[in-house]
Amino acid sequence: MREELIISGRNNPMVDPVLNIWHWQIPLYLFLGGVAAGILFFASLYFIMGREKKYPAAIKWAPFLTPFLLVIGLGALFLDLNHKAFFWQLYLTFRIESPMSWGAWILMVITPLSIVWCATWIKELKPGWHWKYPFLDQWEAFFKKHRLIIAWIMLISAVILGVYTGILLSAFNARPLWNTSILGPLFFASSLSTGAAVIMLMAKSHLERNIFSRIDLILIAIEMFLIVHMFMGFQASTQVQIDAANMFLGGAYTEVFWIFVVIIGLLVPAILEILELLGYKIPIIITSSLILTGGIFLRFVIVYAGQASRYLY
Amino acid sequence: MRLAMAIDTKKCVGCSDCVVSCQTENSVPIGYCRDWIVEVNDGTYPQLEMEIRSERCNQCSNSPCVRCCPTGASHYDYGGIVLVTPHKCIGCGACISSCPYDARYPHPKGYVDKCTFCVHRVKEGLPPACVAVCPTKCLYFGDTDDQRSEISLVLKKRKYKRLIPEAGTNPNLYFLI
Repeated sequence: MREELIISGRNNPMVDPVLNIWHWQIPLYLFLGGVAAGILFFASLYFIMGREKKYPAAIKWAPFLTPFLLVIGLGALFLDLNHKAFFWQLYLTFRIESPMSWGAWILMVITPLSIVWCATWIKELKPGWHWKYPFLDQWEAFFKKHRLIIAWIMLISAVILGVYTGILLSAFNARPLWNTSILGPLFFASSLSTGAAVIMLMAKSHLERNIFSRIDLILIAIEMFLIVHMFMGFQASTQVQIDAANMFLGGAYTEVFWIFVVIIGLLVPAILEILELLGYKIPIIITSSLILTGGIFLRFVIVYAGQASRYLY
Repeated sequence: MRLAMAIDTKKCVGCSDCVVSCQTENSVPIGYCRDWIVEVNDGTYPQLEMEIRSERCNQCSNSPCVRCCPTGASHYDYGGIVLVTPHKCIGCGACISSCPYDARYPHPKGYVDKCTFCVHRVKEGLPPACVAVCPTKCLYFGDTDDQRSEISLVLKKRKYKRLIPEAGTNPNLYFLI
Protein backbone atom coordinates (compact mmCIF):
# COMPACT_ATOMS: atom_id res chain seq x y z
CA MET A 1 0.00 0.00 0.00
CA ARG A 2 1.28 3.45 -0.89
CA GLU A 3 0.05 6.69 0.57
CA GLU A 4 1.31 10.22 0.24
CA LEU A 5 0.37 12.68 2.96
CA ILE A 6 1.16 16.28 3.71
CA ILE A 7 2.30 16.00 7.34
CA SER A 8 3.11 19.65 7.99
CA GLY A 9 -0.56 20.56 7.94
CA ARG A 10 -0.84 22.53 4.72
CA ASN A 11 -4.36 23.88 4.52
CA ASN A 12 -4.27 26.85 2.15
CA PRO A 13 -7.83 28.13 1.63
CA MET A 14 -9.26 27.40 -1.86
CA VAL A 15 -6.35 25.08 -2.67
CA ASP A 16 -6.55 22.32 -0.05
CA PRO A 17 -7.66 19.59 0.21
CA VAL A 18 -8.97 19.84 -3.37
CA LEU A 19 -8.55 22.87 -5.61
CA ASN A 20 -11.61 25.07 -5.22
CA ILE A 21 -10.52 28.38 -6.69
CA TRP A 22 -13.31 28.75 -9.25
CA HIS A 23 -16.91 28.69 -8.14
CA TRP A 24 -20.24 29.33 -9.88
CA GLN A 25 -19.05 32.56 -11.53
CA ILE A 26 -16.74 30.94 -14.09
CA PRO A 27 -19.13 28.26 -15.45
CA LEU A 28 -21.97 30.80 -15.50
CA TYR A 29 -19.81 33.18 -17.54
CA LEU A 30 -18.66 30.36 -19.85
CA PHE A 31 -22.32 29.54 -20.48
CA LEU A 32 -23.55 33.13 -21.01
CA GLY A 33 -20.53 34.01 -23.16
CA GLY A 34 -21.14 30.84 -25.16
CA VAL A 35 -24.82 31.62 -25.79
CA ALA A 36 -23.92 35.17 -26.84
CA ALA A 37 -21.18 33.88 -29.14
CA GLY A 38 -23.63 31.39 -30.69
CA ILE A 39 -26.31 34.02 -31.35
CA LEU A 40 -23.86 36.57 -32.78
CA PHE A 41 -22.24 33.89 -34.93
CA PHE A 42 -25.54 33.03 -36.61
CA ALA A 43 -26.60 36.70 -36.79
CA SER A 44 -23.45 37.82 -38.59
CA LEU A 45 -23.14 34.67 -40.73
CA TYR A 46 -26.68 34.91 -42.08
CA PHE A 47 -26.43 38.67 -42.52
CA ILE A 48 -23.29 38.22 -44.62
CA MET A 49 -25.12 35.55 -46.62
CA GLY A 50 -27.98 38.05 -47.20
CA ARG A 51 -30.75 36.11 -45.43
CA GLU A 52 -32.14 39.15 -43.66
CA LYS A 53 -35.73 38.55 -44.77
CA LYS A 54 -35.63 34.81 -44.20
CA TYR A 55 -34.15 34.71 -40.68
CA PRO A 56 -35.28 37.88 -38.87
CA ALA A 57 -35.05 36.28 -35.41
CA ALA A 58 -31.44 35.22 -35.87
CA ILE A 59 -30.24 38.48 -37.40
CA LYS A 60 -32.38 41.09 -35.68
CA TRP A 61 -34.23 39.91 -32.56
CA ALA A 62 -32.01 37.39 -30.78
CA PRO A 63 -28.93 39.70 -30.79
CA PHE A 64 -30.87 42.06 -28.52
CA LEU A 65 -30.27 39.57 -25.71
CA THR A 66 -26.51 39.42 -26.21
CA PRO A 67 -25.44 42.74 -24.61
CA PHE A 68 -27.29 41.65 -21.46
CA LEU A 69 -25.81 38.14 -21.53
CA LEU A 70 -22.31 39.54 -22.02
CA VAL A 71 -22.65 42.19 -19.32
CA ILE A 72 -24.00 39.67 -16.79
CA GLY A 73 -21.15 37.33 -17.77
CA LEU A 74 -18.57 40.08 -17.35
CA GLY A 75 -20.09 40.91 -13.96
CA ALA A 76 -19.72 37.26 -12.92
CA LEU A 77 -16.09 37.30 -14.06
CA PHE A 78 -15.46 40.44 -12.05
CA LEU A 79 -16.99 38.84 -8.94
CA ASP A 80 -14.62 35.91 -9.38
CA LEU A 81 -11.50 38.08 -9.13
CA ASN A 82 -9.76 38.10 -5.76
CA HIS A 83 -7.90 41.35 -6.39
CA LYS A 84 -10.81 43.29 -7.88
CA ALA A 85 -9.37 46.80 -7.66
CA PHE A 86 -6.64 45.81 -10.14
CA PHE A 87 -8.86 44.35 -12.91
CA TRP A 88 -7.73 47.08 -15.32
CA GLN A 89 -4.29 45.46 -15.43
CA LEU A 90 -5.89 43.08 -17.97
CA TYR A 91 -6.06 45.96 -20.42
CA LEU A 92 -2.53 47.28 -20.07
CA THR A 93 -1.04 44.27 -21.83
CA PHE A 94 -1.82 41.55 -24.31
CA ARG A 95 -0.26 38.16 -23.64
CA ILE A 96 -0.51 35.88 -26.65
CA GLU A 97 0.12 32.70 -24.63
CA SER A 98 -2.61 33.37 -22.09
CA PRO A 99 -6.15 32.44 -23.21
CA MET A 100 -7.55 34.62 -20.45
CA SER A 101 -5.84 37.64 -22.00
CA TRP A 102 -7.40 36.75 -25.36
CA GLY A 103 -10.78 36.46 -23.66
CA ALA A 104 -10.49 39.80 -21.86
CA TRP A 105 -9.68 41.59 -25.10
CA ILE A 106 -12.23 39.81 -27.27
CA LEU A 107 -14.96 40.71 -24.76
CA MET A 108 -13.92 44.35 -25.12
CA VAL A 109 -14.44 43.99 -28.88
CA ILE A 110 -17.63 41.95 -29.01
CA THR A 111 -19.62 43.63 -26.20
CA PRO A 112 -19.61 47.12 -27.82
CA LEU A 113 -20.13 45.51 -31.25
CA SER A 114 -23.23 43.67 -30.02
CA ILE A 115 -24.64 46.94 -28.69
CA VAL A 116 -23.90 48.70 -32.01
CA TRP A 117 -25.47 45.82 -33.92
CA CYS A 118 -28.69 46.09 -31.88
CA ALA A 119 -28.73 49.87 -32.24
CA THR A 120 -28.82 49.57 -36.04
CA TRP A 121 -31.95 47.37 -35.83
CA ILE A 122 -33.84 49.03 -33.00
CA LYS A 123 -36.01 51.14 -35.28
CA GLU A 124 -37.34 47.97 -36.89
CA LEU A 125 -38.04 46.40 -33.51
CA LYS A 126 -39.73 49.50 -32.09
CA PRO A 127 -41.13 51.59 -34.99
CA GLY A 128 -41.70 54.63 -32.75
CA TRP A 129 -38.10 54.69 -31.44
CA HIS A 130 -36.18 57.92 -31.60
CA TRP A 131 -32.76 58.74 -30.12
CA LYS A 132 -32.62 61.32 -27.39
CA TYR A 133 -29.59 63.08 -28.86
CA PRO A 134 -29.33 63.96 -32.55
CA PHE A 135 -25.69 62.83 -32.86
CA LEU A 136 -26.84 59.28 -32.16
CA ASP A 137 -28.91 59.45 -35.35
CA GLN A 138 -25.76 60.25 -37.28
CA TRP A 139 -23.93 57.37 -35.63
CA GLU A 140 -26.79 55.01 -36.40
CA ALA A 141 -26.73 56.04 -40.06
CA PHE A 142 -22.96 55.51 -40.13
CA PHE A 143 -23.14 52.04 -38.58
CA LYS A 144 -26.10 51.06 -40.78
CA LYS A 145 -24.01 51.88 -43.83
CA HIS A 146 -21.19 49.67 -42.56
CA ARG A 147 -23.23 46.75 -41.27
CA LEU A 148 -21.36 44.30 -43.47
CA ILE A 149 -17.98 45.23 -41.96
CA ILE A 150 -19.45 45.00 -38.45
CA ALA A 151 -20.86 41.58 -39.32
CA TRP A 152 -17.48 40.30 -40.46
CA ILE A 153 -15.67 41.51 -37.32
CA MET A 154 -18.50 40.10 -35.20
CA LEU A 155 -18.33 36.72 -36.95
CA ILE A 156 -14.60 36.36 -36.26
CA SER A 157 -14.94 37.62 -32.67
CA ALA A 158 -17.83 35.22 -32.03
CA VAL A 159 -15.72 32.27 -33.19
CA ILE A 160 -12.82 33.37 -30.97
CA LEU A 161 -15.16 33.90 -28.01
CA GLY A 162 -16.82 30.50 -28.48
CA VAL A 163 -13.57 28.58 -28.87
CA TYR A 164 -11.66 30.45 -26.18
CA THR A 165 -14.10 29.45 -23.44
CA GLY A 166 -12.90 25.87 -23.97
CA ILE A 167 -9.25 26.66 -24.70
CA LEU A 168 -9.16 28.68 -21.47
CA LEU A 169 -9.47 25.42 -19.55
CA SER A 170 -7.34 23.23 -21.80
CA ALA A 171 -4.31 25.52 -21.39
CA PHE A 172 -3.86 24.35 -17.80
CA ASN A 173 -1.19 21.63 -17.66
CA ALA A 174 -2.05 20.75 -14.09
CA ARG A 175 -5.61 19.48 -14.55
CA PRO A 176 -5.65 16.31 -16.65
CA LEU A 177 -9.40 16.55 -17.33
CA TRP A 178 -9.06 20.01 -18.88
CA ASN A 179 -5.79 19.30 -20.62
CA THR A 180 -7.37 18.17 -23.88
CA SER A 181 -7.73 20.23 -27.03
CA ILE A 182 -11.19 18.68 -27.62
CA LEU A 183 -12.62 21.14 -25.07
CA GLY A 184 -12.24 24.02 -27.56
CA PRO A 185 -14.40 22.52 -30.32
CA LEU A 186 -16.76 20.92 -27.76
CA PHE A 187 -17.50 24.23 -26.04
CA PHE A 188 -17.80 25.99 -29.40
CA ALA A 189 -20.29 23.39 -30.67
CA SER A 190 -22.21 23.70 -27.41
CA SER A 191 -22.25 27.50 -27.64
CA LEU A 192 -23.58 27.36 -31.23
CA SER A 193 -26.19 24.82 -30.12
CA THR A 194 -27.38 26.95 -27.18
CA GLY A 195 -27.36 30.03 -29.43
CA ALA A 196 -29.53 28.16 -31.96
CA ALA A 197 -31.86 27.16 -29.10
CA VAL A 198 -32.43 30.82 -28.19
CA ILE A 199 -33.03 31.72 -31.85
CA MET A 200 -35.56 28.87 -32.16
CA LEU A 201 -37.34 30.23 -29.12
CA MET A 202 -37.58 33.72 -30.62
CA ALA A 203 -38.38 32.69 -34.19
CA LYS A 204 -41.90 33.55 -35.30
CA SER A 205 -41.93 31.82 -38.68
CA HIS A 206 -42.17 28.06 -38.98
CA LEU A 207 -39.44 28.09 -41.65
CA GLU A 208 -36.83 29.76 -39.48
CA ARG A 209 -37.60 27.53 -36.51
CA ASN A 210 -37.34 24.49 -38.73
CA ILE A 211 -33.96 25.50 -40.16
CA PHE A 212 -32.47 26.18 -36.74
CA SER A 213 -33.92 22.94 -35.47
CA ARG A 214 -31.98 21.14 -38.20
CA ILE A 215 -28.79 23.11 -37.48
CA ASP A 216 -29.15 22.25 -33.82
CA LEU A 217 -29.60 18.58 -34.61
CA ILE A 218 -26.31 18.56 -36.51
CA LEU A 219 -24.59 20.41 -33.66
CA ILE A 220 -25.88 17.88 -31.12
CA ALA A 221 -24.48 15.08 -33.29
CA ILE A 222 -21.11 16.88 -33.39
CA GLU A 223 -21.17 17.32 -29.59
CA MET A 224 -21.87 13.61 -29.07
CA PHE A 225 -19.03 12.77 -31.44
CA LEU A 226 -16.65 15.09 -29.58
CA ILE A 227 -17.66 13.73 -26.15
CA VAL A 228 -16.99 10.15 -27.30
CA HIS A 229 -13.68 11.25 -28.77
CA MET A 230 -12.72 13.06 -25.58
CA PHE A 231 -13.18 9.88 -23.53
CA MET A 232 -11.39 7.77 -26.14
CA GLY A 233 -8.46 10.18 -26.00
CA PHE A 234 -8.35 10.04 -22.20
CA GLN A 235 -8.51 6.25 -22.10
CA ALA A 236 -5.58 5.98 -24.52
CA SER A 237 -3.52 8.53 -22.60
CA THR A 238 -1.56 8.54 -19.33
CA GLN A 239 -2.79 7.24 -15.96
CA VAL A 240 -3.80 10.68 -14.67
CA GLN A 241 -5.99 11.19 -17.72
CA ILE A 242 -7.52 7.73 -17.35
CA ASP A 243 -8.30 8.70 -13.74
CA ALA A 244 -9.83 11.97 -14.98
CA ALA A 245 -12.07 10.09 -17.44
CA ASN A 246 -13.05 7.65 -14.70
CA MET A 247 -14.66 10.49 -12.77
CA PHE A 248 -17.32 10.32 -15.50
CA LEU A 249 -17.23 6.57 -16.03
CA GLY A 250 -18.25 5.36 -12.58
CA GLY A 251 -16.79 8.14 -10.44
CA ALA A 252 -18.34 11.07 -8.59
CA TYR A 253 -19.53 12.96 -11.70
CA THR A 254 -21.03 10.00 -13.58
CA GLU A 255 -24.72 10.63 -12.82
CA VAL A 256 -24.74 14.39 -13.23
CA PHE A 257 -22.81 14.21 -16.51
CA TRP A 258 -24.67 11.40 -18.26
CA ILE A 259 -28.15 12.34 -16.98
CA PHE A 260 -28.09 16.14 -17.17
CA VAL A 261 -25.59 16.80 -19.94
CA VAL A 262 -25.95 13.82 -22.26
CA ILE A 263 -29.54 12.57 -21.78
CA ILE A 264 -31.45 15.74 -20.83
CA GLY A 265 -29.20 18.18 -22.69
CA LEU A 266 -28.45 16.26 -25.89
CA LEU A 267 -30.39 13.04 -26.50
CA VAL A 268 -33.90 14.15 -25.46
CA PRO A 269 -33.74 17.45 -27.42
CA ALA A 270 -32.37 15.54 -30.43
CA ILE A 271 -35.33 13.11 -30.29
CA LEU A 272 -37.80 16.02 -29.89
CA GLU A 273 -36.26 17.82 -32.86
CA ILE A 274 -36.46 14.70 -35.02
CA LEU A 275 -40.12 14.24 -34.03
CA GLU A 276 -40.81 17.85 -34.92
CA LEU A 277 -39.15 17.48 -38.30
CA LEU A 278 -41.32 14.41 -38.86
CA GLY A 279 -44.37 16.61 -38.37
CA TYR A 280 -45.32 16.17 -34.71
CA LYS A 281 -46.20 19.28 -32.70
CA ILE A 282 -43.62 19.75 -29.96
CA PRO A 283 -43.68 22.98 -27.88
CA ILE A 284 -40.43 24.72 -28.77
CA ILE A 285 -39.98 25.97 -25.21
CA ILE A 286 -39.37 22.38 -24.03
CA THR A 287 -36.68 21.61 -26.60
CA SER A 288 -34.93 24.96 -26.17
CA SER A 289 -34.91 24.93 -22.39
CA LEU A 290 -33.55 21.37 -22.34
CA ILE A 291 -30.69 22.39 -24.65
CA LEU A 292 -29.92 25.43 -22.49
CA THR A 293 -30.02 23.27 -19.34
CA GLY A 294 -27.60 20.83 -20.94
CA GLY A 295 -25.29 23.72 -21.89
CA ILE A 296 -25.17 25.15 -18.39
CA PHE A 297 -24.64 21.71 -16.81
CA LEU A 298 -21.79 20.95 -19.24
CA ARG A 299 -19.93 24.08 -18.08
CA PHE A 300 -20.55 23.46 -14.39
CA VAL A 301 -19.59 19.78 -14.54
CA ILE A 302 -16.40 20.38 -16.52
CA VAL A 303 -15.26 23.31 -14.36
CA TYR A 304 -15.89 21.52 -11.06
CA ALA A 305 -14.63 18.09 -12.13
CA GLY A 306 -11.53 19.64 -13.68
CA GLN A 307 -10.54 21.19 -10.37
CA ALA A 308 -10.83 17.77 -8.74
CA SER A 309 -8.52 16.13 -11.29
CA ARG A 310 -4.82 16.38 -10.53
CA TYR A 311 -1.37 14.85 -10.82
CA LEU A 312 -0.11 14.70 -7.23
CA TYR A 313 -1.12 12.63 -4.20
CA MET B 1 22.28 31.76 -13.70
CA ARG B 2 19.71 29.11 -12.86
CA LEU B 3 18.80 28.99 -9.18
CA ALA B 4 17.63 25.60 -7.94
CA MET B 5 17.21 23.58 -4.78
CA ALA B 6 18.05 20.00 -3.94
CA ILE B 7 16.30 18.20 -1.08
CA ASP B 8 17.98 15.17 0.43
CA THR B 9 15.10 12.80 1.18
CA LYS B 10 17.48 10.49 3.04
CA LYS B 11 18.40 13.20 5.52
CA CYS B 12 15.07 15.04 5.91
CA VAL B 13 13.30 14.08 9.15
CA GLY B 14 10.13 16.07 8.49
CA CYS B 15 10.55 18.45 11.44
CA SER B 16 8.72 21.29 9.61
CA ASP B 17 11.35 23.86 10.59
CA CYS B 18 11.51 25.00 6.96
CA VAL B 19 7.75 25.62 7.01
CA VAL B 20 7.83 27.71 10.17
CA SER B 21 10.96 29.67 9.20
CA CYS B 22 9.33 30.56 5.87
CA GLN B 23 6.16 31.74 7.57
CA THR B 24 8.24 33.94 9.90
CA GLU B 25 10.66 35.29 7.30
CA ASN B 26 8.02 36.13 4.72
CA SER B 27 5.16 37.14 7.08
CA VAL B 28 2.97 34.45 5.54
CA PRO B 29 -0.61 35.02 6.80
CA ILE B 30 -1.77 32.67 9.54
CA GLY B 31 -3.35 29.50 8.18
CA TYR B 32 -1.29 29.61 4.98
CA CYS B 33 2.08 28.16 3.99
CA ARG B 34 4.46 28.42 1.07
CA ASP B 35 6.28 25.15 1.75
CA TRP B 36 5.17 21.86 3.24
CA ILE B 37 6.32 18.35 4.10
CA VAL B 38 5.12 15.25 2.28
CA GLU B 39 5.51 11.80 3.78
CA VAL B 40 5.25 8.79 1.48
CA ASN B 41 4.66 5.41 3.05
CA ASP B 42 5.04 2.37 0.88
CA GLY B 43 4.36 -1.30 1.67
CA THR B 44 2.88 -3.11 4.68
CA TYR B 45 4.45 -3.81 8.06
CA PRO B 46 7.16 -5.02 8.49
CA GLN B 47 8.21 -4.33 4.88
CA LEU B 48 7.91 -0.56 4.99
CA GLU B 49 9.64 2.20 3.16
CA MET B 50 9.29 5.88 3.89
CA GLU B 51 10.28 8.98 2.00
CA ILE B 52 10.06 12.49 3.42
CA ARG B 53 10.11 15.47 1.11
CA SER B 54 10.22 19.18 1.90
CA GLU B 55 8.23 20.68 -0.99
CA ARG B 56 7.64 24.18 -2.29
CA CYS B 57 7.22 25.97 -5.63
CA ASN B 58 9.36 24.18 -8.24
CA GLN B 59 10.40 27.49 -9.89
CA CYS B 60 9.83 25.74 -13.24
CA SER B 61 11.81 26.77 -16.30
CA ASN B 62 8.68 26.27 -18.40
CA SER B 63 6.09 27.55 -15.96
CA PRO B 64 2.42 27.01 -16.79
CA CYS B 65 1.61 29.78 -14.30
CA VAL B 66 3.68 32.37 -16.18
CA ARG B 67 2.16 31.22 -19.45
CA CYS B 68 -1.44 31.43 -18.22
CA CYS B 69 -1.14 34.78 -16.44
CA PRO B 70 -3.25 37.32 -18.38
CA THR B 71 -1.53 40.43 -17.00
CA GLY B 72 2.14 39.46 -16.79
CA ALA B 73 2.06 39.62 -12.96
CA SER B 74 3.66 36.15 -12.84
CA HIS B 75 7.07 36.44 -14.41
CA TYR B 76 10.61 35.06 -14.44
CA ASP B 77 12.91 37.10 -12.24
CA TYR B 78 16.44 36.97 -10.78
CA GLY B 79 18.08 33.63 -11.57
CA GLY B 80 14.92 32.21 -13.15
CA ILE B 81 12.86 32.51 -9.96
CA VAL B 82 9.12 32.78 -10.71
CA LEU B 83 7.64 35.78 -8.89
CA VAL B 84 4.26 37.53 -8.67
CA THR B 85 4.00 41.32 -8.79
CA PRO B 86 1.11 42.03 -6.37
CA HIS B 87 0.00 45.30 -7.96
CA LYS B 88 -0.29 43.64 -11.38
CA CYS B 89 -2.15 40.55 -10.12
CA ILE B 90 -5.94 40.58 -10.55
CA GLY B 91 -6.49 37.40 -8.55
CA CYS B 92 -8.19 35.52 -11.39
CA GLY B 93 -6.81 32.16 -10.25
CA ALA B 94 -5.53 31.02 -13.67
CA CYS B 95 -2.03 30.38 -12.29
CA ILE B 96 -3.41 28.48 -9.30
CA SER B 97 -5.40 26.22 -11.62
CA SER B 98 -2.42 25.70 -13.89
CA CYS B 99 0.10 24.67 -11.21
CA PRO B 100 0.49 20.87 -10.98
CA TYR B 101 2.19 21.25 -7.58
CA ASP B 102 -0.56 23.35 -5.95
CA ALA B 103 2.24 25.69 -4.84
CA ARG B 104 0.22 28.91 -5.12
CA TYR B 105 -2.58 30.28 -3.00
CA PRO B 106 -4.73 33.42 -2.97
CA HIS B 107 -3.33 35.80 -0.33
CA PRO B 108 -6.06 37.24 1.95
CA LYS B 109 -5.22 40.66 0.45
CA GLY B 110 -6.38 39.37 -2.97
CA TYR B 111 -3.25 38.76 -5.01
CA VAL B 112 -1.69 35.35 -5.54
CA ASP B 113 1.28 34.41 -3.37
CA LYS B 114 3.91 31.69 -3.46
CA CYS B 115 7.47 30.69 -2.56
CA THR B 116 9.98 33.28 -3.79
CA PHE B 117 13.13 31.27 -2.95
CA CYS B 118 13.54 34.21 -0.48
CA VAL B 119 14.75 36.32 -3.38
CA HIS B 120 15.33 39.28 -1.02
CA ARG B 121 17.87 37.19 0.95
CA VAL B 122 19.39 35.52 -2.10
CA LYS B 123 20.18 38.88 -3.71
CA GLU B 124 22.21 39.74 -0.60
CA GLY B 125 24.12 36.48 -0.82
CA LEU B 126 22.16 34.74 1.94
CA PRO B 127 20.49 31.34 1.52
CA PRO B 128 16.66 31.12 1.61
CA ALA B 129 15.23 30.98 5.14
CA CYS B 130 14.29 27.28 4.90
CA VAL B 131 17.83 26.35 3.83
CA ALA B 132 19.38 28.48 6.58
CA VAL B 133 17.43 26.85 9.43
CA CYS B 134 17.36 23.20 8.30
CA PRO B 135 18.75 21.27 11.32
CA THR B 136 19.84 18.23 9.25
CA LYS B 137 21.34 20.36 6.45
CA CYS B 138 19.27 18.41 3.92
CA LEU B 139 18.53 21.42 1.69
CA TYR B 140 21.03 22.56 -0.93
CA PHE B 141 20.51 25.84 -2.74
CA GLY B 142 22.52 27.36 -5.56
CA ASP B 143 23.18 27.94 -9.23
CA THR B 144 23.01 24.82 -11.42
CA ASP B 145 24.62 26.71 -14.33
CA ASP B 146 27.79 26.98 -12.21
CA GLN B 147 29.45 23.56 -12.52
CA ARG B 148 31.43 24.01 -9.28
CA SER B 149 28.57 25.15 -7.03
CA GLU B 150 27.62 22.91 -4.10
CA ILE B 151 24.28 21.98 -5.67
CA SER B 152 25.87 21.06 -9.02
CA LEU B 153 28.37 18.79 -7.26
CA VAL B 154 25.72 17.06 -5.16
CA LEU B 155 23.55 16.50 -8.27
CA LYS B 156 26.54 14.89 -10.00
CA LYS B 157 27.23 12.61 -7.06
CA ARG B 158 23.73 11.54 -6.09
CA LYS B 159 20.71 10.03 -7.83
CA TYR B 160 17.75 12.34 -7.92
CA LYS B 161 14.19 12.70 -9.19
CA ARG B 162 12.01 15.64 -10.04
CA LEU B 163 8.28 15.86 -9.38
CA ILE B 164 5.88 15.34 -12.31
CA PRO B 165 8.32 16.27 -15.10
CA GLU B 166 5.70 14.71 -17.41
CA ALA B 167 3.57 17.82 -16.91
CA GLY B 168 6.13 19.58 -19.11
CA THR B 169 7.11 22.13 -16.50
CA ASN B 170 10.88 21.52 -16.35
CA PRO B 171 10.96 21.89 -12.54
CA ASN B 172 14.04 23.10 -10.62
CA LEU B 173 13.53 21.20 -7.37
CA TYR B 174 15.69 18.07 -7.19
CA PHE B 175 14.88 15.32 -4.71
CA LEU B 176 17.95 13.25 -3.84
CA ILE B 177 17.02 9.59 -3.45
